[in-house]
Amino acid sequence: MSGMLREELEGLAEAGYEFGFSTELDTDIAPPGLTEDTVRLIAAKKNEPDWLLEWRLAAFEAWQQMDEPDWAKLDISPIDYQAISYWAAPTKKPQLDSLDEVDPDIRDMFDKLGIPLHEQKMLSNVAVDAIVDSVSVTTTFKETLAEAGVIFCSFSEAVRDYPDLVREHLGSVVPVRDNFFAALNSAVFSDGSFCYVPKGVRCPMELSTYFRINSENTGQFERTLIVAEDDSHVSYLEGCTAPQRDENQLHAAVVELVAKDRAEIKYSTVQNWYPGDENGVGGIYNFVTKRGRALEDAKISWTQVETGSAITWKYPSVILQGDRSVGEFYSVALSSKVQQADTGTKMVHIGSDTTSSIVSKGISAGRGQNTYRGLVKMLRSAENARNYTQCDSLLLGSDCGAHTVPYIEVKNPTAQVEHEASTSTVGEDQLYYSRQRGLSEEDAMAMIVNGFCREVFNELPMEFAVEAQRLLSVSLEGSVG
Amino acid sequence: MLEVTNLNASIDGNRILNGIDLSVGSGEVHAVMGPNGSGKSTFAHVLAGREGYEVTGSVALDGADLLEMEPEERAAAGLFLGFQYPVEIPGVNNMYFLRTALNSVRRARGEDEISAREFLAVAREAMALVEMKPDFLERSVNAGFSGGEKKRNEILQMAVMQPRLAVLDETDSGLDIDALRVVASGVEALRGPDRSMIVITHYQRLLEHIRPDVVHVLVDGRIVESGDHTLALHLEEHGYRDFGEQDGAGQRLSGV
Repeated sequence: MSGMLREELEGLAEAGYEFGFSTELDTDIAPPGLTEDTVRLIAAKKNEPDWLLEWRLAAFEAWQQMDEPDWAKLDISPIDYQAISYWAAPTKKPQLDSLDEVDPDIRDMFDKLGIPLHEQKMLSNVAVDAIVDSVSVTTTFKETLAEAGVIFCSFSEAVRDYPDLVREHLGSVVPVRDNFFAALNSAVFSDGSFCYVPKGVRCPMELSTYFRINSENTGQFERTLIVAEDDSHVSYLEGCTAPQRDENQLHAAVVELVAKDRAEIKYSTVQNWYPGDENGVGGIYNFVTKRGRALEDAKISWTQVETGSAITWKYPSVILQGDRSVGEFYSVALSSKVQQADTGTKMVHIGSDTTSSIVSKGISAGRGQNTYRGLVKMLRSAENARNYTQCDSLLLGSDCGAHTVPYIEVKNPTAQVEHEASTSTVGEDQLYYSRQRGLSEEDAMAMIVNGFCREVFNELPMEFAVEAQRLLSVSLEGSVG
Repeated sequence: MLEVTNLNASIDGNRILNGIDLSVGSGEVHAVMGPNGSGKSTFAHVLAGREGYEVTGSVALDGADLLEMEPEERAAAGLFLGFQYPVEIPGVNNMYFLRTALNSVRRARGEDEISAREFLAVAREAMALVEMKPDFLERSVNAGFSGGEKKRNEILQMAVMQPRLAVLDETDSGLDIDALRVVASGVEALRGPDRSMIVITHYQRLLEHIRPDVVHVLVDGRIVESGDHTLALHLEEHGYRDFGEQDGAGQRLSGV
């Protein structure tokens, strides 16, 4: 590459954070620190039943005995867990009969994010459960969903209104002792989303949750639980942006999916949290545990587009427990500036004739480091299990890195595992060819990178695919030419 | 329409073009022939604005100074380069690419963007010209195309872009007889009083299908001879040795 082009490429992903604004809300924040009393405070604030408090306390005890994991390829400054505040809630929590009652500040914030709820309610077929600082403030489309028998509400409401369903499934996929951050989440989670799709029901719309972190120096611990009964189907969208800030923010969410016999859950994420400034200062730490359990003939599909966060640690996984169950993972991860992304999936094949597909697209720019870390595990019981894995890395510039770390464990000789990997750069030739046809360098770059991600974008629901492409283009905009 | 004056180009200190003078009038088709390494492709890329060359001299397209422009500005000014090795862009839909290109050029010229419906009509017409099946537009740009398909795609793009000046760099290389006929008839159909072409080729056989108004012989980065189409026939018979070409002495020019 010519020197000039390389400089331009390196500058490409350095665009400012478009959604870096902060909305002033009165916030009720607990003092920093984490003790058993903090756990009790959270449970009390939320008027939780005793069984949940006990569950939290067990998790807290487990967490205290666990060590923070130490990952290769990740450079993390120590996190002071006692400096974090574990509870924040908007003090003006309105009782909502209609969208008109939503705090105008919050409405305005959603408008900036391009989520005009009033229009969505009229025009789109998407129910939005908007979460500001861990507490749901508005939920739409409940009536339509209720007609179908689908429950879609905040986690707190679910604990209050459907305690048996929550108690039966909470922690059934991600046990409290699963890992350091899952244990922490289990002890202090503040709120999140709950979805229940009854037997044979096809959820009549895409379910969408927009997350937003809005309080300085407040860790956010979301808990999501989706249960799809036999022969049901649900598509769930999760997307988030966050305001610019100076201090690192820890985000340790847990998502559990249960797909019972012949059920299908499609979980799509577009993540655009604040990645920090040019030196990575102030970016969000995103340590997420996402896992699904697929029973007989069930299918769980994860699709994610990750462009934000200073550090991403995330391995949406599927336990293929039932025979003929299917697991899929489609991922685009962009790391620019000094972002670090360590992401991938785990496919654990238990049932016979189970199949899993993994398509991972990593894009590295600036000084970004992108690692694919994936585990494909075929247990002895997994007769005729199959896996296909494809990992492609795209490098923009010479100071970034791409790493592929596939783990494969096969205990059944009938299993088939395929792994393909490639690393490429955006070619000078591709840019020149596109520019000769009249495209600007910026447009050409966005087009080429979007083309690289096509297989993954094709898996996203239409409205999300458009948003993901826009996000990627915005992330790549910068000092071209 | 195109005035090239004393055009010099070098790359990493190696002189490749040595004072090219060339004048192409509106509606004219000029052939540039020459042995391997004579600078034919460099000439094409210098016109299109590829980075990496040190260039002096002047190139004016309809009076505008091309050398001052970025590649995309040259495209908007009406320059089209048919690539010898068309580039693959995986995951980018051929139709999307072409419509984006056309609209980029239209925007740069202050024209309205073309609608998807209008574009489809234009594209269908162009596809008929190069005998392409409809699924052609749905595939990724040049990805997995055969050599012949890539060249036909170049002509398809030219038909859609409707350039003022088309430079075709060895469009005939690597084509079988049928593909050559399709490509040549496509080019022939796009000839017109408002469009000029520079056809760069190593062999005479393309010129059996496209009769040029003027033939130039390029050796060691300079035009050493110009004439009518009979000059190409002379080259066919005698090779480039009459023009000081050393390495290719005695080289037969017909066939592949």
